[in-house]
Amino acid sequence: MNETPDTTASISLKQATAAIAAARDLAALESLRVALLGRKGRITQALKGIGKLAPDERREMGQRINRLKQALEEAIGVRERQLGQQHLDRKLAAEHIDVTLPGRGQPTGRLHPITRTIHRIEQIFGAMGFESVHGPEIEDDWHNFQALNIPESHPARAMQDTFYVMDGSRLLRTHTSPVQIRTMQARRPPIRIICPGRVYRVDFDRTHSPMFHQVEGLYVAENVSLADLKHDLQKFLSLFFERDVHALFRPSYFPFTEPGADVHIRWDEPGHGERWLEVLGCGVVHPNVLRAVDIDPERYSGYAFGMGVERLAMLRYGVDDLRLFFDNDLRFLEQFA
Amino acid sequence: MKISERWLRTWVNPPDDIAALARRLDMAGHECSYAPVVEPLAQGVVVARITSVSPHPDSTHLHVCEVEHTQGGSATVVCGAPNVRAGMVSGFALPGARLPADRSIERTKIRGVESAGMLCSPAELGFSDDAAGIIELDPDAPLGTDIVEYLGLDDHVLDLEITPNRGDCLSVAGLARETAAIYGLQQTTVLPSPVPPTEATTSHALAIEDGEGCPHYVGRVIRDIDPHRRTPDWMRERLNRAGIRSIYPLVDITNYLMVELGQPMHAFDSTAVDGTIRVRRAQPGEVLELLDGQQLTLTADDMVIADDAHALALAGIKGGRHSGITADTRQVFLESACFDPITIAKTGRRHKLITDARYRYERGVDPGLQRRALERATGLVVQICGGRPEPVVEVGSSGNARRVALRQASITRLLGCDIPIRDVPPMLERLGIQLHATGEGEWQATVPTFRYDIEREADLVEEVGRLYGYDRIPARAAAIAIDPHVAPETQRGMDRARATLVARGYQEIVTYSFVDRDLERALDPDASPVMLDNPIAATMAAMRTTLWCGLVSTWLYNRQRQRGDGRLFESGECFSRHGEDIVEEQRVAGLIVGSVAPRQWGQSARAPDLYDAKADVAALIGDGSEWRYEAATHPALHPGRSARILRAGKPCGWIGELHPTLCSDMGLGSPPVLFELDWDHLGPTTLPRYARLSDQPSIQRDLALEVKDEVPADALVETAMRAGIDTLREVKIFDVYSGKGLKNGHKSVALSLVFQDTSRTLEDESVDAAIVVIATKLRSTLGAIVRGG
Repeated sequence: MNETPDTTASISLKQATAAIAAARDLAALESLRVALLGRKGRITQALKGIGKLAPDERREMGQRINRLKQALEEAIGVRERQLGQQHLDRKLAAEHIDVTLPGRGQPTGRLHPITRTIHRIEQIFGAMGFESVHGPEIEDDWHNFQALNIPESHPARAMQDTFYVMDGSRLLRTHTSPVQIRTMQARRPPIRIICPGRVYRVDFDRTHSPMFHQVEGLYVAENVSLADLKHDLQKFLSLFFERDVHALFRPSYFPFTEPGADVHIRWDEPGHGERWLEVLGCGVVHPNVLRAVDIDPERYSGYAFGMGVERLAMLRYGVDDLRLFFDNDLRFLEQFA
Repeated sequence: MKISERWLRTWVNPPDDIAALARRLDMAGHECSYAPVVEPLAQGVVVARITSVSPHPDSTHLHVCEVEHTQGGSATVVCGAPNVRAGMVSGFALPGARLPADRSIERTKIRGVESAGMLCSPAELGFSDDAAGIIELDPDAPLGTDIVEYLGLDDHVLDLEITPNRGDCLSVAGLARETAAIYGLQQTTVLPSPVPPTEATTSHALAIEDGEGCPHYVGRVIRDIDPHRRTPDWMRERLNRAGIRSIYPLVDITNYLMVELGQPMHAFDSTAVDGTIRVRRAQPGEVLELLDGQQLTLTADDMVIADDAHALALAGIKGGRHSGITADTRQVFLESACFDPITIAKTGRRHKLITDARYRYERGVDPGLQRRALERATGLVVQICGGRPEPVVEVGSSGNARRVALRQASITRLLGCDIPIRDVPPMLERLGIQLHATGEGEWQATVPTFRYDIEREADLVEEVGRLYGYDRIPARAAAIAIDPHVAPETQRGMDRARATLVARGYQEIVTYSFVDRDLERALDPDASPVMLDNPIAATMAAMRTTLWCGLVSTWLYNRQRQRGDGRLFESGECFSRHGEDIVEEQRVAGLIVGSVAPRQWGQSARAPDLYDAKADVAALIGDGSEWRYEAATHPALHPGRSARILRAGKPCGWIGELHPTLCSDMGLGSPPVLFELDWDHLGPTTLPRYARLSDQPSIQRDLALEVKDEVPADALVETAMRAGIDTLREVKIFDVYSGKGLKNGHKSVALSLVFQDTSRTLEDESVDAAIVVIATKLRSTLGAIVRGG
């Protein structure tokens, strides 16, 4: 474009754009816009002056002034956005806050480590097709003992010293097995359940609590065997400890299983070295138990297992004193965030 | 059960060291640990005879002893033991000897007398804590023999947890039988042959009046025994390692038989037995004085051993004082019997008697064992104490072997593993179980009488699995059969409730279900708790009727540790008694105390009130119109700041501030706010049902009302809602004010009302008219005056 000063408009684009770029704020820019492009502005005046020119000059001059006008409008727009941005920047800078201050309001609480452990166990067994079932904590002798093949005067009763209520007519369940009995009474195989919950035994020392938590499991269907039990528990232990756990099955005795087994795992404990550690008890369901709930042991078989939640939680989180779980010292509980 | 490794190895000697042996037993289901008898062993201590004892010239309690420690070799030593005497055989530490406690023995002078060695106490030899005197050994112990060798101290004690079903393993013989089966070895020990009687007559006849309670009983009198003999060292040592202290020969022999063969035996002083030995049920109210002086009043279910005059012993559990043997007994009646396990267990439990005999009888003593044990005991009595045995008296039988069917298919089905048919019979035969084939893969098993635990096929399958090895059974990932059960969507899940409370700042706690009765009574005086018959402590005697016990005690516990602020919750069962019934309810309860939120910047501390807890409750259960909070008094709560929570008119919980009196009783400052919900009474949630969204704009109006203080705010909301205005969608309270500008005893409640019609746009005029209707209704029903209106 030819930038020679135009007599009619007598405007220098260079000077005008310099003035626009130098406008210090939006007000200064506005007065420049008025002076150049306003109704009485120089561009407007120049356009008005076109009429005085010779007809052949009008067209050229008109085009020239319009180009000039466009260039000025654009320059003003650019400056306007610049100034707007600067203004915003200043405003935002003035509004800054200290992001390192802590968040306000109510911090969240935490689940008790026992609940947390039960959740984990339920999650794993849930993925393996087990449903969680609950039942009463005050039981009768039949559901807690007799149906589980522990008749009165059976020496195995001494294995589980019992709290009695109502003059011995009822008792605090010594395991969650009565929930298995109740479920088998209410349903027919296939049954694949776990029973988490509180259990009670008359025992109170550094390693025994009169109340603790168990998760017991039961699978009854056709052709359920010790081999299935080995697979499922091996799987559970590996998932629970999140490593390849080698589970050792050792013959053991529970009145409600035949064959019965204890499960041991290799455990590396600081100060003790590696050793075998008993983590749960299990076995093939005793035919007398199936018979007690009218399930034909010739057609169906099952496996059952039981684990102490506190024991698993202690191993998992490195807790060395069982009593901590029930002291509910906030300094302890808050570690399970 | 503790037994000596050496003793076991005299019965069966597996080619494994103690560690491997213990591991094999462990893996066969007998939890097992072991420890050396002495570690380290004494060196240079020999058997020696004290040939003379004379007083020390310079001491009142020391002796100067001449000791013969080999044939012809002798030494002079100074000894301070009170039991030292001439002729005694003891352990002598030669100069240069080393004792277990890292002590070396040298020649020394004791108060001027040369002492060339030391006579040792059992404690100094490291296998007993008996330090009262020097060890006394058999008078014929071979002089000069190393004492470690002589007493067999290079030994381990095996400590086994025998499961209750395996009473047959509670002896050296039983464990040897089991060990032989595990290793596939033969037992080597053969018991000596029976001891023929030297007497022609029997002092006591035998009458079993209850054959069911006592299927087999044998007994024998031995006359003219010498009560002053000494139990030989070998027997003392074996008993000692079994954890039994030697007393005198007759007692030691009965104990020895119990450990060796598993047969509990009882010895009566025959001269105190009047006539016939009778095994019978007790007369109700019959009194028996036990060996330890305890007086028992018996019931008709208890079984006793009696003579013609009275009960002599509680069968299978404990002897009586009257007929008990003493260190001077010269004529003994030895009892070797089999009693019914259940009878013994019931009597033992009834009278709270814990004895080794009961322990074994409860688990089942082999009915085939009595005669052998009696012959063995007779032999030992005659060998150790002399005496003349009478003929054996015997009633009952050794019982019959049980027959149990076994199918290969059951082994495969229950173990999940194919064990070859030909392997099964030899495996079980190692356990003394004979199999006779009755078909292809089908057998009839003949189970020996000592295996009380094998009654049915599954028991045999376990034995096969055990001997085959559980570790050899493969883990099988079979297809699983599932019949899925899932809770209804509208069921209130406790997991979600816990997550909600945790998200709202509550720490979960888990407390004992049994609580202190006094605290329970203070917090829930109207409830009737279930009391434990046998609590562990008085402070853990009542089953909780409210979760507040645990919350309040936990708060107090943490308060003592400078952690008195916060939010706690617990969920779980509560129990109460309704006549003979026990009601068990699942509940969830919370506590807020101290400040509504932790101390923080930009937010001033505020004590929590009912409304803070109410918002949490609403988060748990919902805030629909079916819920009501009705001012009500609860004995544990502030009477003006407590409410019963109702759903559709049915009570399902409480909320409120702890009663100020309880607070001050507990020495506490600011009262906590508590809530508790009966989870099972909340009922299901409602399944959401989509309602068409309206395109019509809504109109919102505010209405400030002045009412008397006692008018509940929710009555204003409800009255407005029920004023008959179809277009009224929602009424909310957005401000409550009392004070300046209001009449005394009045408050101002500001309502926000939202109107909307589903089909047409509402006109201001119709809303104005609706407001008038509502205001009129509020005035006539509740005396509410529109402020500024």
